[in-house]
Amino acid sequence: MRPTFSIILFTVLSGAGYGLLFVVGLSLLSVPSLMSSLIPPWSNAIDTFAIDIRVTLEVALAAGALLAIAGLFCSVGHLGKPLRAWRAFSQWRSSWLSREGVASVLTFVPTFGLLIAMLCGLDIRSNGALLGGAALACLSAITVYCTARIYSSLKPVRAWNSRYVVPVYLLLACYTGALWAVALYVSTPVFSPVFVSFLPVFFWNAILIAPLAVGLKLLYWRSLAKAAQPYVGDATGLARLGSVRSFEQPHTEENYLTHEMGFVLARKHSRRLRVIASALILLAPLSAIPLTFVFGDAAWWLVVLLGLLGVFVERWLFFAEARHAVIAFYGR
Amino acid sequence: MTTLPPPAPKKLGLVIDLDICVGCHACAVACKEWNDGGDFGPLPDTDPYGAHPSGVWFNRVHSYAVEQDTAHGKREMTVHFPRSCLHCETPACVTVCPTGASYKRAEDGIVLVDEDKCIGCQLCAWACPYGAREISAQRGTMQKCTLCVDRIYNETLDPADRQPACVAACPTRARHFGDLGDAASPISKLVAERDGYALMPEFGYRPVNKYLPPRPRRDGCDAKTSSATPRGEALDRDQLPGVLRWLDRALSR
Repeated sequence: MRPTFSIILFTVLSGAGYGLLFVVGLSLLSVPSLMSSLIPPWSNAIDTFAIDIRVTLEVALAAGALLAIAGLFCSVGHLGKPLRAWRAFSQWRSSWLSREGVASVLTFVPTFGLLIAMLCGLDIRSNGALLGGAALACLSAITVYCTARIYSSLKPVRAWNSRYVVPVYLLLACYTGALWAVALYVSTPVFSPVFVSFLPVFFWNAILIAPLAVGLKLLYWRSLAKAAQPYVGDATGLARLGSVRSFEQPHTEENYLTHEMGFVLARKHSRRLRVIASALILLAPLSAIPLTFVFGDAAWWLVVLLGLLGVFVERWLFFAEARHAVIAFYGR
Repeated sequence: MTTLPPPAPKKLGLVIDLDICVGCHACAVACKEWNDGGDFGPLPDTDPYGAHPSGVWFNRVHSYAVEQDTAHGKREMTVHFPRSCLHCETPACVTVCPTGASYKRAEDGIVLVDEDKCIGCQLCAWACPYGAREISAQRGTMQKCTLCVDRIYNETLDPADRQPACVAACPTRARHFGDLGDAASPISKLVAERDGYALMPEFGYRPVNKYLPPRPRRDGCDAKTSSATPRGEALDRDQLPGVLRWLDRALSR
Protein backbone atom coordinates (compact mmCIF):
# COMPACT_ATOMS: atom_id res chain seq x y z
CA MET A 1 0.00 0.00 0.00
CA ARG A 2 1.22 3.49 -0.77
CA PRO A 3 2.22 5.17 2.51
CA THR A 4 0.15 8.35 2.41
CA PHE A 5 1.79 11.06 4.48
CA SER A 6 -1.50 12.51 5.70
CA ILE A 7 -2.76 9.17 7.04
CA ILE A 8 0.53 8.32 8.76
CA LEU A 9 0.59 11.75 10.43
CA PHE A 10 -3.07 11.25 11.39
CA THR A 11 -2.44 7.94 13.16
CA VAL A 12 0.81 9.12 14.82
CA LEU A 13 -0.40 12.56 15.98
CA SER A 14 -3.92 11.59 17.00
CA GLY A 15 -2.42 8.49 18.67
CA ALA A 16 -0.10 10.73 20.70
CA GLY A 17 -2.95 13.14 21.49
CA TYR A 18 -5.42 10.52 22.67
CA GLY A 19 -2.56 8.70 24.40
CA LEU A 20 -1.76 11.88 26.33
CA LEU A 21 -5.44 12.35 27.22
CA PHE A 22 -5.48 8.71 28.38
CA VAL A 23 -2.49 9.37 30.65
CA VAL A 24 -4.22 12.47 32.05
CA GLY A 25 -7.32 10.37 32.71
CA LEU A 26 -5.26 7.72 34.49
CA SER A 27 -3.46 10.44 36.49
CA LEU A 28 -6.78 11.83 37.70
CA LEU A 29 -7.76 8.32 38.80
CA SER A 30 -4.49 7.50 40.57
CA VAL A 31 -2.74 10.69 41.72
CA PRO A 32 -5.10 11.61 44.58
CA SER A 33 -4.78 8.19 46.19
CA LEU A 34 -0.99 8.17 45.61
CA MET A 35 -0.75 11.58 47.27
CA SER A 36 -2.75 10.58 50.29
CA SER A 37 -0.72 7.41 50.75
CA LEU A 38 2.70 9.05 50.35
CA ILE A 39 2.21 12.43 51.99
CA PRO A 40 1.34 12.67 55.68
CA PRO A 41 -2.22 13.94 56.09
CA TRP A 42 -1.20 16.55 58.69
CA SER A 43 1.13 18.19 56.13
CA ASN A 44 -0.57 21.16 54.47
CA ALA A 45 1.81 20.69 51.52
CA ILE A 46 -0.75 18.27 50.08
CA ASP A 47 -3.05 21.14 49.06
CA THR A 48 -0.18 22.92 47.28
CA PHE A 49 0.72 19.72 45.47
CA ALA A 50 -2.84 19.20 44.32
CA ILE A 51 -2.96 22.68 42.82
CA ASP A 52 0.46 22.30 41.19
CA ILE A 53 -0.37 18.94 39.63
CA ARG A 54 -3.61 20.46 38.38
CA VAL A 55 -1.64 23.09 36.46
CA THR A 56 0.35 20.37 34.67
CA LEU A 57 -2.79 18.40 33.91
CA GLU A 58 -4.44 21.51 32.46
CA VAL A 59 -1.48 22.00 30.13
CA ALA A 60 -1.53 18.29 29.25
CA LEU A 61 -5.28 18.40 28.47
CA ALA A 62 -4.77 21.34 26.14
CA ALA A 63 -1.73 19.73 24.50
CA GLY A 64 -3.55 16.40 24.07
CA ALA A 65 -6.55 18.12 22.49
CA LEU A 66 -4.29 20.09 20.14
CA LEU A 67 -2.37 16.98 19.06
CA ALA A 68 -5.59 15.05 18.48
CA ILE A 69 -7.13 17.90 16.49
CA ALA A 70 -3.92 18.29 14.44
CA GLY A 71 -4.06 14.55 13.66
CA LEU A 72 -7.73 14.73 12.67
CA PHE A 73 -7.01 17.67 10.37
CA CYS A 74 -4.24 15.63 8.71
CA SER A 75 -6.75 12.86 8.00
CA VAL A 76 -9.11 15.39 6.40
CA GLY A 77 -6.21 16.31 4.09
CA HIS A 78 -6.39 12.79 2.66
CA LEU A 79 -9.98 13.24 1.48
CA GLY A 80 -10.97 13.94 -2.10
CA LYS A 81 -13.79 16.16 -0.84
CA PRO A 82 -12.57 17.60 2.51
CA LEU A 83 -15.54 19.97 2.92
CA ARG A 84 -17.87 16.97 3.17
CA ALA A 85 -15.90 15.45 6.08
CA TRP A 86 -18.83 16.05 8.46
CA ARG A 87 -20.75 13.30 6.66
CA ALA A 88 -18.31 10.75 8.09
CA PHE A 89 -20.06 10.89 11.49
CA SER A 90 -23.25 9.29 10.17
CA GLN A 91 -22.51 5.58 9.58
CA TRP A 92 -21.31 4.45 13.02
CA ARG A 93 -23.57 1.41 12.79
CA SER A 94 -21.34 -0.32 10.24
CA SER A 95 -18.15 1.67 9.63
CA TRP A 96 -15.11 1.75 11.90
CA LEU A 97 -13.99 4.98 10.26
CA SER A 98 -17.28 6.57 11.21
CA ARG A 99 -17.06 5.16 14.76
CA GLU A 100 -13.56 6.60 15.03
CA GLY A 101 -14.91 9.99 14.03
CA VAL A 102 -17.73 9.86 16.59
CA ALA A 103 -15.44 8.62 19.40
CA SER A 104 -12.79 11.24 18.61
CA VAL A 105 -15.32 14.05 19.03
CA LEU A 106 -17.01 12.47 22.09
CA THR A 107 -13.61 12.39 23.81
CA PHE A 108 -13.49 16.16 23.56
CA VAL A 109 -16.50 16.39 25.91
CA PRO A 110 -14.62 15.25 29.05
CA THR A 111 -11.41 16.86 27.72
CA PHE A 112 -12.79 20.38 27.49
CA GLY A 113 -15.21 19.80 30.35
CA LEU A 114 -12.32 18.96 32.67
CA LEU A 115 -10.13 21.72 31.26
CA ILE A 116 -12.75 24.41 31.87
CA ALA A 117 -13.68 23.01 35.30
CA MET A 118 -10.04 22.81 36.37
CA LEU A 119 -9.36 26.34 35.14
CA CYS A 120 -12.34 27.39 37.26
CA GLY A 121 -10.75 25.71 40.26
CA LEU A 122 -11.95 22.09 40.32
CA ASP A 123 -9.98 20.13 42.93
CA ILE A 124 -8.29 17.10 41.33
CA ARG A 125 -9.21 15.08 44.43
CA SER A 126 -12.94 15.69 43.95
CA ASN A 127 -15.43 13.10 42.71
CA GLY A 128 -16.08 15.20 39.62
CA ALA A 129 -12.42 14.98 38.62
CA LEU A 130 -12.45 11.23 39.28
CA LEU A 131 -15.51 10.76 37.07
CA GLY A 132 -14.10 13.03 34.34
CA GLY A 133 -10.78 11.17 34.44
CA ALA A 134 -12.51 7.80 34.07
CA ALA A 135 -14.58 9.05 31.11
CA LEU A 136 -11.49 10.61 29.52
CA ALA A 137 -9.38 7.44 29.84
CA CYS A 138 -12.17 5.21 28.50
CA LEU A 139 -13.11 7.41 25.55
CA SER A 140 -9.53 8.05 24.42
CA ALA A 141 -8.80 4.32 24.56
CA ILE A 142 -11.98 3.65 22.54
CA THR A 143 -10.94 6.24 19.94
CA VAL A 144 -7.53 4.64 19.38
CA TYR A 145 -9.19 1.20 19.32
CA CYS A 146 -11.50 2.44 16.53
CA THR A 147 -8.54 3.88 14.60
CA ALA A 148 -6.82 0.49 14.70
CA ARG A 149 -10.03 -1.32 13.72
CA ILE A 150 -10.31 0.81 10.54
CA TYR A 151 -7.24 -1.06 9.30
CA SER A 152 -7.52 -4.40 11.07
CA SER A 153 -11.03 -4.93 9.67
CA LEU A 154 -9.82 -4.84 6.04
CA LYS A 155 -9.50 -8.47 4.99
CA PRO A 156 -7.91 -7.81 1.56
CA VAL A 157 -4.81 -6.39 3.27
CA ARG A 158 -3.32 -9.42 4.98
CA ALA A 159 -0.79 -7.39 6.99
CA TRP A 160 -3.56 -5.29 8.55
CA ASN A 161 -6.08 -8.05 9.15
CA SER A 162 -3.95 -9.25 12.07
CA ARG A 163 -4.68 -9.69 15.77
CA TYR A 164 -1.50 -7.75 16.63
CA VAL A 165 -2.67 -4.51 15.01
CA VAL A 166 -5.10 -3.33 17.71
CA PRO A 167 -2.81 -3.94 20.75
CA VAL A 168 0.15 -2.29 18.99
CA TYR A 169 -1.91 0.81 18.12
CA LEU A 170 -3.14 1.05 21.72
CA LEU A 171 0.31 0.53 23.23
CA LEU A 172 2.06 2.99 20.91
CA ALA A 173 -0.60 5.65 21.52
CA CYS A 174 -0.11 5.20 25.24
CA TYR A 175 3.67 5.25 24.71
CA THR A 176 3.82 8.54 22.79
CA GLY A 177 1.21 10.06 25.13
CA ALA A 178 3.35 9.14 28.14
CA LEU A 179 6.46 10.67 26.52
CA TRP A 180 4.51 13.91 26.13
CA ALA A 181 3.20 13.72 29.70
CA VAL A 182 6.71 13.32 31.11
CA ALA A 183 8.07 16.21 29.04
CA LEU A 184 5.15 18.40 30.18
CA TYR A 185 5.70 17.51 33.86
CA VAL A 186 9.35 18.55 33.53
CA SER A 187 8.63 21.74 31.60
CA THR A 188 5.75 23.10 33.69
CA PRO A 189 7.15 25.07 36.64
CA VAL A 190 5.33 23.21 39.38
CA PHE A 191 6.25 22.05 42.82
CA SER A 192 5.23 18.44 43.32
CA PRO A 193 6.95 15.26 44.48
CA VAL A 194 8.27 13.36 41.45
CA PHE A 195 7.19 10.00 42.80
CA VAL A 196 3.56 11.05 42.59
CA SER A 197 3.37 12.55 39.14
CA PHE A 198 6.36 12.24 36.89
CA LEU A 199 8.14 9.07 37.98
CA PRO A 200 5.39 6.44 37.58
CA VAL A 201 4.60 7.60 34.03
CA PHE A 202 8.26 7.63 33.04
CA PHE A 203 9.01 4.29 34.70
CA TRP A 204 6.08 2.25 33.37
CA ASN A 205 6.51 3.67 29.90
CA ALA A 206 10.22 2.78 29.65
CA ILE A 207 10.01 -0.58 31.46
CA LEU A 208 6.64 -1.96 30.39
CA ILE A 209 4.87 -0.18 27.51
CA ALA A 210 7.81 0.27 25.11
CA PRO A 211 9.22 -3.29 25.38
CA LEU A 212 5.70 -4.73 25.17
CA ALA A 213 4.93 -2.76 22.00
CA VAL A 214 8.23 -3.73 20.34
CA GLY A 215 7.79 -7.36 21.43
CA LEU A 216 4.32 -7.52 19.87
CA LYS A 217 5.69 -5.85 16.76
CA LEU A 218 8.36 -8.58 16.45
CA LEU A 219 5.68 -11.27 16.75
CA TYR A 220 3.63 -9.37 14.15
CA TRP A 221 6.52 -9.28 11.69
CA ARG A 222 7.16 -12.96 12.25
CA SER A 223 3.51 -13.78 11.51
CA LEU A 224 3.73 -11.74 8.29
CA ALA A 225 6.75 -13.71 7.10
CA LYS A 226 4.76 -16.92 7.51
CA ALA A 227 1.62 -15.65 5.76
CA ALA A 228 0.92 -16.79 2.20
CA GLN A 229 1.35 -14.15 -0.50
CA PRO A 230 -1.55 -13.39 -2.85
CA TYR A 231 -1.20 -15.47 -6.04
CA VAL A 232 -2.69 -14.65 -9.42
CA GLY A 233 -3.94 -18.24 -9.84
CA ASP A 234 -5.99 -18.02 -6.64
CA ALA A 235 -7.29 -14.52 -7.39
CA THR A 236 -8.57 -15.51 -10.85
CA GLY A 237 -9.63 -19.03 -9.91
CA LEU A 238 -7.47 -20.32 -12.80
CA ALA A 239 -5.04 -22.20 -10.53
CA ARG A 240 -7.16 -25.34 -11.02
CA LEU A 241 -6.14 -25.34 -14.70
CA GLY A 242 -2.39 -24.93 -14.28
CA SER A 243 0.20 -22.43 -13.18
CA VAL A 244 -0.83 -18.90 -14.05
CA ARG A 245 1.25 -15.90 -15.07
CA SER A 246 0.21 -12.52 -16.36
CA PHE A 247 1.55 -11.95 -19.86
CA GLU A 248 -0.18 -8.71 -20.64
CA GLN A 249 -1.32 -5.92 -18.33
CA PRO A 250 -4.78 -4.44 -18.86
CA HIS A 251 -3.32 -0.96 -19.28
CA THR A 252 0.01 0.45 -20.41
CA GLU A 253 0.23 3.20 -17.77
CA GLU A 254 -0.10 3.08 -13.99
CA ASN A 255 -3.67 3.36 -12.76
CA TYR A 256 -5.18 4.15 -9.36
CA LEU A 257 -4.93 0.52 -8.23
CA THR A 258 -1.30 -0.08 -9.17
CA HIS A 259 -0.32 3.36 -7.84
CA GLU A 260 -2.19 3.05 -4.54
CA MET A 261 -1.77 -0.66 -3.83
CA GLY A 262 1.36 -1.69 -5.70
CA PHE A 263 3.98 -0.02 -3.50
CA VAL A 264 7.18 -2.07 -3.44
CA LEU A 265 9.96 0.13 -2.06
CA ALA A 266 9.30 -0.56 1.63
CA ARG A 267 9.61 -4.33 1.40
CA LYS A 268 13.04 -3.88 -0.18
CA HIS A 269 14.34 -2.00 2.87
CA SER A 270 12.03 -3.43 5.50
CA ARG A 271 14.68 -5.21 7.58
CA ARG A 272 16.71 -2.05 8.19
CA LEU A 273 13.62 0.10 8.83
CA ARG A 274 12.24 -2.43 11.33
CA VAL A 275 15.47 -2.25 13.32
CA ILE A 276 15.40 1.57 13.26
CA ALA A 277 11.78 1.73 14.43
CA SER A 278 12.25 -0.85 17.20
CA ALA A 279 15.49 0.74 18.45
CA LEU A 280 14.01 4.26 18.53
CA ILE A 281 10.87 3.13 20.38
CA LEU A 282 12.81 1.07 22.92
CA LEU A 283 15.69 3.47 23.54
CA ALA A 284 13.94 6.86 23.39
CA PRO A 285 12.62 6.81 26.99
CA LEU A 286 15.84 5.35 28.38
CA SER A 287 18.04 7.83 26.52
CA ALA A 288 16.47 10.62 28.59
CA ILE A 289 18.80 9.96 31.51
CA PRO A 290 22.14 10.42 29.65
CA LEU A 291 20.66 13.18 27.48
CA THR A 292 19.70 15.35 30.47
CA PHE A 293 23.39 15.63 31.36
CA VAL A 294 24.03 17.28 27.99
CA PHE A 295 20.84 19.20 27.21
CA GLY A 296 19.25 19.69 30.63
CA ASP A 297 15.43 19.78 30.65
CA ALA A 298 15.30 20.19 26.86
CA ALA A 299 16.40 16.53 26.67
CA TRP A 300 12.83 15.44 27.54
CA TRP A 301 11.53 17.09 24.38
CA LEU A 302 14.31 15.47 22.38
CA VAL A 303 13.04 12.16 23.77
CA VAL A 304 9.50 13.02 22.60
CA LEU A 305 10.87 13.70 19.12
CA LEU A 306 12.88 10.45 19.04
CA GLY A 307 9.90 8.40 20.23
CA LEU A 308 7.52 10.04 17.73
CA LEU A 309 10.09 9.41 14.98
CA GLY A 310 10.24 5.73 15.96
CA VAL A 311 6.44 5.43 15.84
CA PHE A 312 6.42 7.35 12.55
CA VAL A 313 8.83 4.84 10.98
CA GLU A 314 6.79 1.97 12.44
CA ARG A 315 3.58 3.44 10.97
CA TRP A 316 5.23 4.15 7.61
CA LEU A 317 6.22 0.48 7.43
CA PHE A 318 2.75 -0.61 8.56
CA PHE A 319 1.30 1.04 5.47
CA ALA A 320 4.14 0.66 2.99
CA GLU A 321 4.91 -3.01 3.64
CA ALA A 322 1.32 -4.19 3.38
CA ARG A 323 0.25 -6.02 0.23
CA HIS A 324 -3.25 -5.63 -1.12
CA ALA A 325 -5.00 -8.71 -2.55
CA VAL A 326 -5.91 -6.90 -5.79
CA ILE A 327 -2.27 -6.71 -6.84
CA ALA A 328 -2.40 -10.46 -7.43
CA PHE A 329 -4.47 -9.79 -10.58
CA TYR A 330 -1.51 -7.87 -11.95
CA GLY A 331 0.76 -10.83 -11.24
CA ARG A 332 3.10 -8.69 -9.14
CA MET B 1 -27.19 3.87 4.84
CA THR B 2 -24.14 1.63 4.70
CA THR B 3 -25.65 -1.24 6.64
CA LEU B 4 -26.62 -3.89 4.11
CA PRO B 5 -30.24 -4.34 3.05
CA PRO B 6 -31.91 -7.68 3.86
CA PRO B 7 -31.15 -10.34 1.22
CA ALA B 8 -33.39 -9.84 -1.78
CA PRO B 9 -34.53 -12.49 -4.27
CA LYS B 10 -33.34 -10.43 -7.24
CA LYS B 11 -29.57 -10.42 -7.80
CA LEU B 12 -28.66 -8.70 -11.03
CA GLY B 13 -25.18 -9.45 -12.28
CA LEU B 14 -22.91 -10.57 -15.06
CA VAL B 15 -21.59 -13.94 -16.14
CA ILE B 16 -18.30 -13.83 -18.04
CA ASP B 17 -17.28 -16.73 -20.25
CA LEU B 18 -13.50 -17.09 -20.07
CA ASP B 19 -13.65 -19.76 -22.78
CA ILE B 20 -14.62 -17.39 -25.55
CA CYS B 21 -13.35 -14.00 -24.37
CA VAL B 22 -10.80 -12.91 -26.97
CA GLY B 23 -9.41 -10.00 -24.94
CA CYS B 24 -10.44 -7.30 -27.43
CA HIS B 25 -11.22 -4.70 -24.69
CA ALA B 26 -14.47 -3.75 -26.47
CA CYS B 27 -16.35 -4.14 -23.15
CA ALA B 28 -13.92 -1.79 -21.41
CA VAL B 29 -14.13 0.83 -24.16
CA ALA B 30 -17.92 0.63 -24.49
CA CYS B 31 -18.22 0.93 -20.70
CA LYS B 32 -15.98 3.99 -20.62
CA GLU B 33 -17.91 5.54 -23.50
CA TRP B 34 -21.33 5.01 -21.94
CA ASN B 35 -20.39 6.00 -18.41
CA ASP B 36 -18.54 9.11 -19.51
CA GLY B 37 -21.90 10.53 -20.54
CA GLY B 38 -24.16 8.61 -18.17
CA ASP B 39 -26.29 9.68 -15.24
CA PHE B 40 -23.41 9.47 -12.78
CA GLY B 41 -21.40 12.22 -14.43
CA PRO B 42 -18.22 12.18 -16.49
CA LEU B 43 -15.19 9.94 -16.02
CA PRO B 44 -12.49 12.52 -16.76
CA ASP B 45 -8.91 11.48 -17.52
CA THR B 46 -5.65 13.10 -16.50
CA ASP B 47 -3.35 13.98 -19.39
CA PRO B 48 -5.46 11.95 -21.88
CA TYR B 49 -3.33 12.66 -24.95
CA GLY B 50 -0.02 13.22 -23.14
CA ALA B 51 2.87 11.03 -22.14
CA HIS B 52 1.22 9.51 -19.04
CA PRO B 53 -2.53 9.29 -19.47
CA SER B 54 -4.54 7.94 -16.56
CA GLY B 55 -8.16 7.74 -15.63
CA VAL B 56 -10.98 5.64 -14.24
CA TRP B 57 -12.18 2.55 -16.10
CA PHE B 58 -14.81 0.22 -14.67
CA ASN B 59 -13.52 -2.72 -16.69
CA ARG B 60 -9.93 -3.92 -16.90
CA VAL B 61 -9.08 -6.84 -19.18
CA HIS B 62 -6.12 -8.92 -18.00
CA SER B 63 -4.39 -11.56 -20.12
CA TYR B 64 -2.95 -14.65 -18.52
CA ALA B 65 -0.92 -17.62 -19.70
CA VAL B 66 -1.85 -20.85 -17.94
CA GLU B 67 0.88 -23.45 -18.16
CA GLN B 68 -0.42 -27.01 -18.19
CA ASP B 69 1.29 -30.38 -18.11
CA THR B 70 -0.06 -32.72 -20.78
CA ALA B 71 0.97 -36.08 -22.16
CA HIS B 72 2.81 -34.18 -24.88
CA GLY B 73 4.75 -31.93 -22.58
CA LYS B 74 3.98 -28.45 -21.38
CA ARG B 75 1.37 -26.31 -23.05
CA GLU B 76 0.37 -22.69 -22.46
CA MET B 77 -3.26 -21.71 -22.66
CA THR B 78 -4.20 -18.06 -23.06
CA VAL B 79 -7.03 -16.79 -20.86
CA HIS B 80 -8.33 -13.24 -21.21
CA PHE B 81 -9.88 -12.06 -18.01
CA PRO B 82 -12.20 -9.04 -17.78
CA ARG B 83 -12.31 -7.69 -14.23
CA SER B 84 -15.06 -5.41 -12.92
CA CYS B 85 -17.34 -4.96 -9.91
CA LEU B 86 -18.92 -8.27 -8.88
CA HIS B 87 -21.86 -6.64 -7.02
CA CYS B 88 -21.22 -8.84 -3.97
CA GLU B 89 -24.08 -9.98 -1.75
CA THR B 90 -22.22 -8.91 1.41
CA PRO B 91 -19.77 -6.28 0.15
CA ALA B 92 -17.28 -4.81 2.62
CA CYS B 93 -16.92 -1.74 0.39
CA VAL B 94 -20.44 -0.74 1.47
CA THR B 95 -20.15 -1.38 5.21
CA VAL B 96 -16.80 0.42 5.62
CA CYS B 97 -18.17 3.63 4.06
CA PRO B 98 -18.36 6.31 6.78
CA THR B 99 -20.80 8.59 4.96
CA GLY B 100 -23.50 6.36 3.49
CA ALA B 101 -22.38 7.24 -0.04
CA SER B 102 -21.68 3.61 -0.81
CA TYR B 103 -24.81 1.49 -0.82
CA LYS B 104 -26.36 -1.73 -2.06
CA ARG B 105 -29.78 -1.44 -3.62
CA ALA B 106 -32.37 -3.55 -1.84
CA GLU B 107 -34.46 -4.12 -4.97
CA ASP B 108 -31.84 -5.65 -7.30
CA GLY B 109 -28.55 -5.84 -5.37
CA ILE B 110 -26.63 -3.31 -7.49
CA VAL B 111 -23.79 -1.65 -5.52
CA LEU B 112 -23.57 2.08 -6.18
CA VAL B 113 -21.83 5.25 -4.97
CA ASP B 114 -23.80 8.43 -4.30
CA GLU B 115 -21.51 11.03 -5.86
CA ASP B 116 -23.06 13.80 -3.76
CA LYS B 117 -22.22 12.14 -0.45
CA CYS B 118 -18.79 10.56 -1.18
CA ILE B 119 -15.93 12.29 0.67
CA GLY B 120 -13.21 10.46 -1.27
CA CYS B 121 -11.63 8.70 1.74
CA GLN B 122 -10.89 5.64 -0.45
CA LEU B 123 -11.51 3.16 2.35
CA CYS B 124 -13.97 1.26 0.12
CA ALA B 125 -11.27 0.78 -2.52
CA TRP B 126 -9.00 -0.67 0.16
CA ALA B 127 -11.81 -2.96 1.33
CA CYS B 128 -12.37 -4.47 -2.14
CA PRO B 129 -10.09 -7.40 -3.07
CA TYR B 130 -11.35 -7.29 -6.67
CA GLY B 131 -10.11 -3.80 -7.54
CA ALA B 132 -13.58 -2.71 -8.53
CA ARG B 133 -13.26 0.84 -7.29
CA GLU B 134 -11.05 3.63 -8.57
CA ILE B 135 -11.04 7.22 -7.38
CA SER B 136 -11.32 10.06 -9.85
CA ALA B 137 -8.52 12.51 -9.22
CA GLN B 138 -10.52 15.23 -10.96
CA ARG B 139 -13.85 14.70 -9.22
CA GLY B 140 -12.40 13.69 -5.84
CA THR B 141 -14.97 10.93 -5.44
CA MET B 142 -14.98 7.16 -5.79
CA GLN B 143 -16.16 5.67 -9.07
CA LYS B 144 -17.37 2.18 -9.83
CA CYS B 145 -19.38 -0.02 -12.18
CA THR B 146 -23.09 0.80 -11.96
CA LEU B 147 -24.16 -2.33 -13.86
CA CYS B 148 -25.46 0.35 -16.25
CA VAL B 149 -28.40 1.03 -13.96
CA ASP B 150 -29.10 4.02 -16.23
CA ARG B 151 -29.47 1.66 -19.24
CA ILE B 152 -31.13 -1.47 -17.90
CA TYR B 153 -34.23 0.37 -16.63
CA ASN B 154 -34.13 3.10 -19.28
CA GLU B 155 -37.50 3.21 -20.98
CA THR B 156 -36.29 5.63 -23.64
CA LEU B 157 -34.07 2.85 -25.00
CA ASP B 158 -35.21 0.03 -27.21
CA PRO B 159 -35.93 -3.03 -24.98
CA ALA B 160 -33.10 -4.92 -26.72
CA ASP B 161 -30.66 -2.21 -25.61
CA ARG B 162 -31.66 -2.36 -21.94
CA GLN B 163 -28.55 -4.23 -20.91
CA PRO B 164 -25.13 -3.11 -19.68
CA ALA B 165 -22.95 -1.44 -22.33
CA CYS B 166 -20.20 -4.07 -21.88
CA VAL B 167 -22.64 -6.90 -22.61
CA ALA B 168 -24.08 -5.15 -25.65
CA ALA B 169 -20.61 -4.45 -27.04
CA CYS B 170 -19.06 -7.91 -26.62
CA PRO B 171 -18.45 -9.27 -30.16
CA THR B 172 -18.08 -12.89 -29.00
CA ARG B 173 -20.97 -12.86 -26.52
CA ALA B 174 -18.65 -13.73 -23.70
CA ARG B 175 -20.64 -11.50 -21.36
CA HIS B 176 -24.14 -12.29 -20.13
CA PHE B 177 -26.46 -10.18 -18.02
CA GLY B 178 -29.40 -11.31 -15.94
CA ASP B 179 -30.88 -12.24 -12.58
CA LEU B 180 -28.60 -14.65 -10.76
CA GLY B 181 -31.03 -14.87 -7.87
CA ASP B 182 -33.55 -16.68 -10.09
CA ALA B 183 -32.46 -20.30 -10.60
CA ALA B 184 -34.62 -20.55 -13.73
CA SER B 185 -33.07 -17.54 -15.50
CA PRO B 186 -30.93 -18.27 -18.59
CA ILE B 187 -27.73 -17.04 -16.94
CA SER B 188 -28.30 -19.06 -13.76
CA LYS B 189 -28.70 -22.14 -15.97
CA LEU B 190 -25.51 -21.21 -17.80
CA VAL B 191 -23.65 -21.03 -14.50
CA ALA B 192 -25.02 -24.42 -13.44
CA GLU B 193 -24.18 -26.04 -16.80
CA ARG B 194 -20.66 -24.74 -17.07
CA ASP B 195 -19.58 -24.88 -13.40
CA GLY B 196 -19.44 -21.12 -13.09
CA TYR B 197 -17.45 -19.91 -10.11
CA ALA B 198 -17.12 -16.86 -7.88
CA LEU B 199 -13.78 -15.08 -7.42
CA MET B 200 -11.92 -15.42 -4.09
CA PRO B 201 -14.87 -16.84 -2.12
CA GLU B 202 -12.58 -17.07 0.95
CA PHE B 203 -13.19 -13.40 1.71
CA GLY B 204 -16.85 -14.16 2.29
CA TYR B 205 -18.21 -11.22 0.27
CA ARG B 206 -20.24 -13.62 -1.95
CA PRO B 207 -19.82 -12.11 -5.42
CA VAL B 208 -22.96 -12.20 -7.55
CA ASN B 209 -21.03 -12.13 -10.85
CA LYS B 210 -19.71 -15.51 -11.94
CA TYR B 211 -16.97 -16.65 -14.30
CA LEU B 212 -17.28 -19.64 -16.64
CA PRO B 213 -14.00 -21.57 -16.81
CA PRO B 214 -12.36 -22.39 -20.17
CA ARG B 215 -13.74 -25.63 -21.66
CA PRO B 216 -11.43 -28.64 -22.01
CA ARG B 217 -9.33 -28.35 -25.18
CA ARG B 218 -10.37 -30.49 -28.16
CA ASP B 219 -6.82 -31.54 -29.05
CA GLY B 220 -7.25 -34.52 -26.75
CA CYS B 221 -4.46 -33.52 -24.43
CA ASP B 222 -6.44 -31.76 -21.76
CA ALA B 223 -4.45 -31.26 -18.61
CA LYS B 224 -6.87 -33.21 -16.42
CA THR B 225 -7.31 -36.30 -18.64
CA SER B 226 -4.11 -36.35 -20.68
CA SER B 227 -2.29 -38.92 -18.56
CA ALA B 228 -5.24 -41.36 -18.83
CA THR B 229 -5.53 -41.29 -22.64
CA PRO B 230 -2.17 -42.03 -24.34
CA ARG B 231 -2.44 -41.64 -28.10
CA GLY B 232 -0.37 -42.79 -31.05
CA GLU B 233 2.06 -40.35 -32.61
CA ALA B 234 0.85 -38.64 -35.77
CA LEU B 235 2.71 -39.74 -38.93
CA ASP B 236 2.79 -37.62 -42.04
CA ARG B 237 3.16 -40.13 -44.90
CA ASP B 238 3.89 -37.48 -47.50
CA GLN B 239 7.14 -36.67 -45.75
CA LEU B 240 8.45 -40.24 -46.19
CA PRO B 241 10.75 -41.42 -49.00
CA GLY B 242 8.97 -43.60 -51.66
CA VAL B 243 10.13 -46.98 -50.34
CA LEU B 244 9.09 -46.31 -46.77
CA ARG B 245 5.78 -44.86 -47.93
CA TRP B 246 5.11 -48.17 -49.74
CA LEU B 247 6.22 -50.11 -46.67
CA ASP B 248 3.89 -48.11 -44.44
CA ARG B 249 1.01 -48.68 -46.81
CA ALA B 250 1.79 -52.42 -47.03
CA LEU B 251 2.04 -52.84 -43.29
CA SER B 252 -1.11 -50.84 -42.64
CA ARG B 253 -3.25 -53.24 -44.69
